Amino acid sequence: MKNYITNPIKISLPLFLAVVALNFCRAQEEINIQTTITVPGQAKPILVSLEGLTGEAADVLRFDLYVQGFKFVAPEVAQYRISGSSADNVQGYVTDAVSRQPKFSRSYTGASLRREAHAFADDIVFAITGKKGIGQTKIAFKAQSAGGNGEIYVSDFDGHNPLAVTHDNAIVAAPAWVPGRLAVYYTSYEPGNPDIFYHNLSTGQRRVIARFSGLNTSAAISPDGSKVAMILSRSGSPNVWVCNADGTDFKQLTSTPEDESSPCWSPDGQWICFATKIHSRRVLAKVPAGGGPVQRISTAGVSNPTDPDWSPDGRWIAFTSQMGDFNICIVPAAGGTPTVLVSGEHPSWSPNSRTLILNHAAGYRQVLSVLDVMTKQVKDIGRISGNDSQPAWAK
Amino acid sequence: MKTIKLIYPLAFALAITLATTGCHNHKAVGITPIPGQNSGIVGDNSGANTLPQGGTMNPDNGVNANPSGIPVANADTFDNMTEDRAALEAYTIHFAFDSSVIKSSENSNLESVAAALKSDASAKLLIEGNCDDRGTEEYNRSLGERRALAAREALAKDGIDPSRVRTISYGKDKPADPGHDEAAWAKNRRDDFVLLHPKAGA
Repeated sequence: MKNYITNPIKISLPLFLAVVALNFCRAQEEINIQTTITVPGQAKPILVSLEGLTGEAADVLRFDLYVQGFKFVAPEVAQYRISGSSADNVQGYVTDAVSRQPKFSRSYTGASLRREAHAFADDIVFAITGKKGIGQTKIAFKAQSAGGNGEIYVSDFDGHNPLAVTHDNAIVAAPAWVPGRLAVYYTSYEPGNPDIFYHNLSTGQRRVIARFSGLNTSAAISPDGSKVAMILSRSGSPNVWVCNADGTDFKQLTSTPEDESSPCWSPDGQWICFATKIHSRRVLAKVPAGGGPVQRISTAGVSNPTDPDWSPDGRWIAFTSQMGDFNICIVPAAGGTPTVLVSGEHPSWSPNSRTLILNHAAGYRQVLSVLDVMTKQVKDIGRISGNDSQPAWAK
Repeated sequence: MKTIKLIYPLAFALAITLATTGCHNHKAVGITPIPGQNSGIVGDNSGANTLPQGGTMNPDNGVNANPSGIPVANADTFDNMTEDRAALEAYTIHFAFDSSVIKSSENSNLESVAAALKSDASAKLLIEGNCDDRGTEEYNRSLGERRALAAREALAKDGIDPSRVRTISYGKDKPADPGHDEAAWAKNRRDDFVLLHPKAGA
């Protein structure tokens, strides 16, 4: 009898320990995952493998997933296995390599292989992260020739399918989307002065929004599309102003003798953040959209902040630090200690608040790059001509 | 987003219909037709690869409210002027890094610009503010405007009616020297002065 009692104990004790160890590992894993979600720039990529898709479809998938925090590895070490085919149309299957359960299986029709592959990438991102992917989003940007003149372009977020919005051969600047609409605002020197224009992409109609003597630039459209913030020097210094979307009812929001620049909106439409100088120091600041006192936003440890862009989820402000070189940083929207991510300037958030598009120097040329904020995985997109800069992500 | 919001449910309904009626692929359980409408922004395989031509920039189709009690010149009063770039070319003034303060060394050039305006009451002035390339684009556009306005303010103190002076900032879009060293940067941090004469008959 004794033997029968003790033997099972001898066998089950190591088993018990093994189970504890396994659970411990799992707990560790969970803690790690939570940590990586909250610390930008330090997250580990999600490991995936890719089989079956080839050519352009595979290239699209690799690009889209890489700039959204995925890394391609051999199937044996992948967390998720992606397979499928891209012979006539894109068909794709995703399997959880740990549980061996299929995540989803889908076939795509009715568009180019590129578009189908983008749609597949979006489905993968949603199935694995719960976030809406960026594969089928658009950007606007400025393409400038060596002489300084240029045009405003729109394209897919990865630089494909570019189309010129303007054909003026003039200095242009600061394109900005109307949220949810096929319309942009931008600055053009075509009239002999930097003036702000509204441009309907569906009809080609454009109209002047601001053409006061001096500087009219950096239009930023409110999240509800009803207001435009901008920089005007009409009161004698570059200040933040706001007007209705049609260019009526101008209201001055700042009245400093300094050179304010680059206004952007908080996603609730309550605040406008911008770059300025307070007590001889370059800072980020915010002002109530309806007018009121200016408040400084701390970016402790990083000097000369500029180009702020408020994330659509309201949590972060991305900006450029100018300390000899340009660096892309993010700081909690209330201010705090910024995280320096990569070299570059003019960050613009993706609609899902996970990815940034920016421009950076490659030699003496400017190229656009897409940056996954959490993993710092970054890749250049295709160049149009000369210098591509001031990207704005359609939201 | 209204259009897109409408498209997605439609596409989803279509996907369900296709998946339940037409699809017998054993592996692919869902067909996802891709809504093409919003790709019309930049064209896709199905649509024309162009955008509608942008309309002309008629200044009259926008708003040009006159600034009230504000010291900028009305843009329209500079409409019928010709640019004389050579006249004041020698009097370009330069600035320290990231500064719009006029250095005392630049005062004699400003006096020469003022003298030219005093000697010809019909002439006006365009001040072009510029920057080196060590600031971001919009930061420099504002800094360049601040530099041009600083010269305008100095000229006003010297007795020049500010309504005769307009400013333009090129930021870092029009460097005098395309180089990327301190010698080039020093040349690029500048205000250029362009004398404006009334067009004949205007």
